[in-house]
Amino acid sequence: MEAFTTHTGVGVPLRRSNVDTDQIIPAEYLKRVTRSGFEDGLFAAWRKDETFVLNDPSYAAGSVLVAGPDFGTGSSREHAVWALMNYGFRAVISSRFADIFRGNSGKQGLLTAVCSQDDVELLWKYLENNPGASVTVDLESRTVTAGDIVARFEVDDYTRWRLLEGHDDISLTLRHAEDIDSFEAARPSWKPVTTQPA
Amino acid sequence: MAKTLAEKVWEAHVVRQGEGEPDLLYIDLHLLHEVTSPQAFDGLRLTGRTVRRPDLTLATEDHNVPTTAGPITDPVSRTQVDTLRTNCEEFGVKLYPMGDAEQGIVHVVGPQLGLTQPGMTVVCGDSHTSTHGAFGALAFGIGTSEVEHVLATQTLPLKPFKTMAITVEGDLPAGVTAKDVVLAVIAKIGTGGGQGYVLEFRGSAIRALSMEARMTICNMSIEAGARAGMIAPDDTTFDYLRGRDHAPKGEDWDAAVAAWRDLATDEGAEFDAEVVLDATELSPFVTWGTNPGQGAPLGSAVPDPEHMADDNDKAAARRALEYMGLTAGTPLRDVRVDTVFVGSCTNGRIEDLRAVAGVLKGRRVADGVRMLVVPGSARVRLQAEAEGLGEVFEQAGAEWRLPGCSMCLAMNPDKLAPEERSASTSNRNFEGRQGKGGRTHLVSPQVAAATAIRGTLSSPADLEPVGA
Repeated sequence: MEAFTTHTGVGVPLRRSNVDTDQIIPAEYLKRVTRSGFEDGLFAAWRKDETFVLNDPSYAAGSVLVAGPDFGTGSSREHAVWALMNYGFRAVISSRFADIFRGNSGKQGLLTAVCSQDDVELLWKYLENNPGASVTVDLESRTVTAGDIVARFEVDDYTRWRLLEGHDDISLTLRHAEDIDSFEAARPSWKPVTTQPA
Repeated sequence: MAKTLAEKVWEAHVVRQGEGEPDLLYIDLHLLHEVTSPQAFDGLRLTGRTVRRPDLTLATEDHNVPTTAGPITDPVSRTQVDTLRTNCEEFGVKLYPMGDAEQGIVHVVGPQLGLTQPGMTVVCGDSHTSTHGAFGALAFGIGTSEVEHVLATQTLPLKPFKTMAITVEGDLPAGVTAKDVVLAVIAKIGTGGGQGYVLEFRGSAIRALSMEARMTICNMSIEAGARAGMIAPDDTTFDYLRGRDHAPKGEDWDAAVAAWRDLATDEGAEFDAEVVLDATELSPFVTWGTNPGQGAPLGSAVPDPEHMADDNDKAAARRALEYMGLTAGTPLRDVRVDTVFVGSCTNGRIEDLRAVAGVLKGRRVADGVRMLVVPGSARVRLQAEAEGLGEVFEQAGAEWRLPGCSMCLAMNPDKLAPEERSASTSNRNFEGRQGKGGRTHLVSPQVAAATAIRGTLSSPADLEPVGA
């Protein structure tokens, strides 16, 4: 995973709440067996509407998405994270993220920055009044900066550490393979297996 | 110290705890399907890793499969299913493919095989894994990176979830089902209300429910944003499990039941949050908007966004009504549908099909309405046939299909056309969920069946008696 320390890029105001993962990437795009090329499916239905924010050339190169509360609800599809990253997004700012989406983002290096809804409103106004303006997301100091706005954001310490270091979870877990071995040795023998009936 | 059900299951699976780190949790059962697994297997291949416990892993084909006879015709869908087959073969994972007697929707297959048991940790790259919590298992959906992690290590690093008690006391009125309960819960706490929580459904109304009904409730916990939903195991749970293929037998059964009886939340255990519902006040519930929290009693009208206090709710409701083609103030019973879908991991079990057949028997689906009845698994289909339900569906003019995810999500040939309106027993009414531009009203199986007969959103109480 690529490390994340700080990122500066075009901010995109997405004035919608409850952006579910079916909107981020509709199911018809989930049939691929690769991790790349999902950018064409990002917000596919909404991009057909010419007034949709990403269809405005000022925002088209966006890499920091500023969205309403409950971003990433619904289906567990990690394709939603791949689609955002394949398009070029490195960070999403919202006052509340769905748990599975936030977990998936952390694994892939997409920063989910939790700001207060008041700060999200300030960022929306700033980005709408200054189309194409940049936003800086600094993971070291946990701040979002845009124009005169400096907002704190929350991210849990462990995810922050992993992102800053660019660590991959499986390697971290495999450092504790002996603990897994001893846990397995103590499991009750009646626990089911899939390979044969009990 | 007094503990909750969720805390007990969590603690029994902690492999390792470290200061400032998430707990490393052991996973008892890992379910796979074709959509969220290919990139995970690819990851194993790239790093030269293997599947640590193929014997705790099970795959089935469900999202892409057509529900009419014949092979998959969409080449992209076929590639995804073929990829699952190749991966399972290469890594030694048991797979129930299309046409197999055990194939079906992953969350119907696990429980009916007896693989889902109380006190287990169950994961799947699918948000509706919460279904398995009905057995008192800690079951939750994960992303593809986590699928790879579980394949490689049989564990997941996780921060403990908070706990929320959802207590439903009293007797449900006649005609009110588990689906109505959970839709009412989501409307009450919102699509983000359960975020970070494991919901434990409790109270006399929950204890009175069958396992199928409990699965419907836990299934939709994710629609309230929760990580998982759980119900304490009891005799209803044990009676359901006894004798199933993978349930413990003989002395093992006795040992298991003894352990399972200790799982219930201790007297005096504290939850981080509590919500109480009065079962006697509930009625058939339907959604009018584009998220599962936008629901209302069937007897009410489409709400007016201008009367909503919160600005975000107001904006979301305005957008939803525009997308749904609905006008505020319209009685929900006047909303005409084109299609009725019965099925999915929410309501595709035998009890759901019995309820639908009970309403359809001796009646006809309204002219101009298409009704699909899709069993959740091959076993459910066989049992429905044996009970004569298939015949009831066909005589009523419904299409009686083969098992799969079907019209719950637009990944296979069963889709809505733009602006086509459905009453659906599935779990999500998101924009485009059942097909581009499609308009979904989430309902119980009973409401779905009555709606098919009348052509407008209805409950069985709205129907003329058969033969009258």
